[in-house]
Amino acid sequence: MHLDPELLSRLQFAWVIGWHILLPAFTVGLASFIAFLEGAYTLTKRPVFLNLSQFWLRIFAISFGMGVVTGIVMPFQFGTNWSRFSDVAGNIISPLLAYEGLTAFFLEATFLGVLLFGRHLVPPAMHFIAAVLVAGGTLSSSFWILTTNSWMQTPAGFEMIDGRFFPVDWFAIVFNPSFPYRLAHTVSAFYVTTAFVVLGVGAYTVRRGQQLAEGRTMLRLALWFLAIFVPAQMIIGDLHGLNTLEHQPAKLAAIEGLWDGGRSVPASLIGWPDAAAERNLAEIAIPRVGSLYLTHSWNGEVKGLKDFPPNQRAPVAIVYFSFRIMVGIALLMLAVVAAGFWLMARRGLDQSRWYLRLCQFSICFGFIGVIAGWTTTEVGRQPWTIYGLMRTADSFSPSLTGSNVLVSLLLYVAVYLVIYPVGVGVMLRTVRSGPLSTDEATPIAAGRSKSPVEALAPATPEATP
Amino acid sequence: MTAALDLVPIWTIILALAVFFYVALDGFDLGVGMLYNFAADRSARDVIMNSIAPIWDGNETWLVLGSVGLLAAFPVAFAIIIPAVYFPVLLMLLALIFRGLAFEFRFRDAEHRTVWDHGFAAGSALAAFAQGVVLGAFIQGFHVEGRQFAGGSFDCFTPFSIFTGLGLMFGYALLGAGWLVIKTEGPLQDWARVLGRRCLIGTVLSIGIVSLWTPLLAVPIAARWFSWPNIALLAPVPFITAGLVLYAWRSLNNQSEYGPFLAALGLFVMSYLGIAISLWPMIVPGHFTLEQAAASPSTQAFLLIGTLVLLPVILVYTGWSYWVFRGKVRADVGYH
Repeated sequence: MHLDPELLSRLQFAWVIGWHILLPAFTVGLASFIAFLEGAYTLTKRPVFLNLSQFWLRIFAISFGMGVVTGIVMPFQFGTNWSRFSDVAGNIISPLLAYEGLTAFFLEATFLGVLLFGRHLVPPAMHFIAAVLVAGGTLSSSFWILTTNSWMQTPAGFEMIDGRFFPVDWFAIVFNPSFPYRLAHTVSAFYVTTAFVVLGVGAYTVRRGQQLAEGRTMLRLALWFLAIFVPAQMIIGDLHGLNTLEHQPAKLAAIEGLWDGGRSVPASLIGWPDAAAERNLAEIAIPRVGSLYLTHSWNGEVKGLKDFPPNQRAPVAIVYFSFRIMVGIALLMLAVVAAGFWLMARRGLDQSRWYLRLCQFSICFGFIGVIAGWTTTEVGRQPWTIYGLMRTADSFSPSLTGSNVLVSLLLYVAVYLVIYPVGVGVMLRTVRSGPLSTDEATPIAAGRSKSPVEALAPATPEATP
Repeated sequence: MTAALDLVPIWTIILALAVFFYVALDGFDLGVGMLYNFAADRSARDVIMNSIAPIWDGNETWLVLGSVGLLAAFPVAFAIIIPAVYFPVLLMLLALIFRGLAFEFRFRDAEHRTVWDHGFAAGSALAAFAQGVVLGAFIQGFHVEGRQFAGGSFDCFTPFSIFTGLGLMFGYALLGAGWLVIKTEGPLQDWARVLGRRCLIGTVLSIGIVSLWTPLLAVPIAARWFSWPNIALLAPVPFITAGLVLYAWRSLNNQSEYGPFLAALGLFVMSYLGIAISLWPMIVPGHFTLEQAAASPSTQAFLLIGTLVLLPVILVYTGWSYWVFRGKVRADVGYH
């Protein structure tokens, strides 16, 4: 059997980025949520906010730690498996990655230490500032990594000399055509993902009937937040699609499963894209609607896959289905939020057991949506690493053999299949012990148990002598 | 745009500093991790872990800056060196995963505490060894064609690189012992001093053997050190190193709190200097000089503007967090 180092390197990258992205998808939003809770507590002094902040901080510590160790793997992939890409594009992408480290990683790491361990060592205002700085760090990280990714999708501001990319205009590189849309769409997706987790955990807490105040607060905060962000995310997604139509027409044609371009194109709802036959099997499509939502005009012109040679088309079926999964998830999300408001209006939100269970189930929606969206945009970029300019086949490290990459891929698979179940299990246990659990039964080991617990305590010894 | 001003020397210094900060800071973390499983009981292990729990994450971040900094300042060196050390890098990354997660999981996944304890110690040891192999392979040089590594993925494993791997384990463990002397007291501190002495012996042997082995690897390196007048000009390097060894031994035996750590740090500075003198001005030994491998002037300038502002800020708040978590650590009271 012939082992293809390029294909295996792609699988390895997909594996390590796919698992990694689940963590920022959660922690970017959670860091902002914790900063909000700390701020709300500082202003209102209502204990419910402090309890929730300490509870989510425990979960944040676990998921952030996993995000760090799986994140360090990522920049090394550029070197180990994609060294030709690093050489050819290094002049442009490297400062963007370096700025992520300089503006985000040190900030997050240092102030998370203060947030977790320093509640008694720094003044309360400084503790709140630490929470804001951690949240700011996660957003800065998103900014720089997405500008890097966007430049690979819609390269700008460069010149080619001897087959390598050289920077000409840094503003054009950083704010390349797809970047504002991708940044808004991705960060919004991360916020929505976190909000669905908070919604589900709130529902679970309410359903168990203990710590009702905390559970109800989580449920309502999440629902109000989602009522704004789910529709907003759909609008941003539409704008992002228009941007893709303009700058990556071949990707858009794959997303739509549109083989024959032209005016008044149909909208394909579902079918099976057959790349060999260049048509969709068993397709359900609505005439002319494709042009309407893609160009916002009944007879707008859209390019089809046949307008591009076969060696410039993405794997159509993967892109076609991952996009439909993402849209399907968005519709489900909207339904969950709408049902929540309907129940709230009837004052039945906290009593509706089927709805609370549905909310628990919807914890997975955001993660599925993020993975599906990421697959759409990344597989849709194929067969290019830098869209239209550098092929994936020309990007991987020439020294690697298929068996080299097979060994590393299998090791990454084995390790991630150990750490993710353990991590999820540990987080579930934290959820099960509830927002008011004090961990006092558990001995202090890593030093992290005390910090969330004791913040409640210091006032009491002096107050009750 | 800024062709008039050559930024390569500045970037060489920044990258050298970033790599050194990583080696010094995560070095003592990894060293503490390696000593961890030799501790007498669980309460001792709790103290040992507490001594680095709030800061390890920031320390490891220098690894990201070092690797991305290499890509930014000398992209072709990154594109050659990293695939050449494919398996050491893989082992290091997987080891760092277990080491990093042990901080949380050891405590939250209590029924598997022993597993995570071993993961912490073995992960630290394997990461240190892998980094030492990378160092040895780097000193030895790579088979390069054009702008790419053209050797095999196992070429980096040689007797020399295996030896530098073991040597770096001793060096990191010495740093870790020095850190524990600062952060602990009583019997635990005495224990750290005993282990520190053993690590010092291993470190000195490693430095000595690598110092003699390296000139044998390449004629230019031997010529650099042993030709006149270099041999006179560079003579202070071994003499200062010998002085530091004596100071390290004495401070491990007397009551000095900061002496062992500072002496270990000094030994790392001198070893680092020794490697730099041997290889200067190459970034890919035998193939690319620093100037030849440098990124485009525009890339260097764009990143330098932010780095000159952000790096001092990072150093200030990192220093501040060390100040917040200063003092001795105890198991029973955590951080109070």
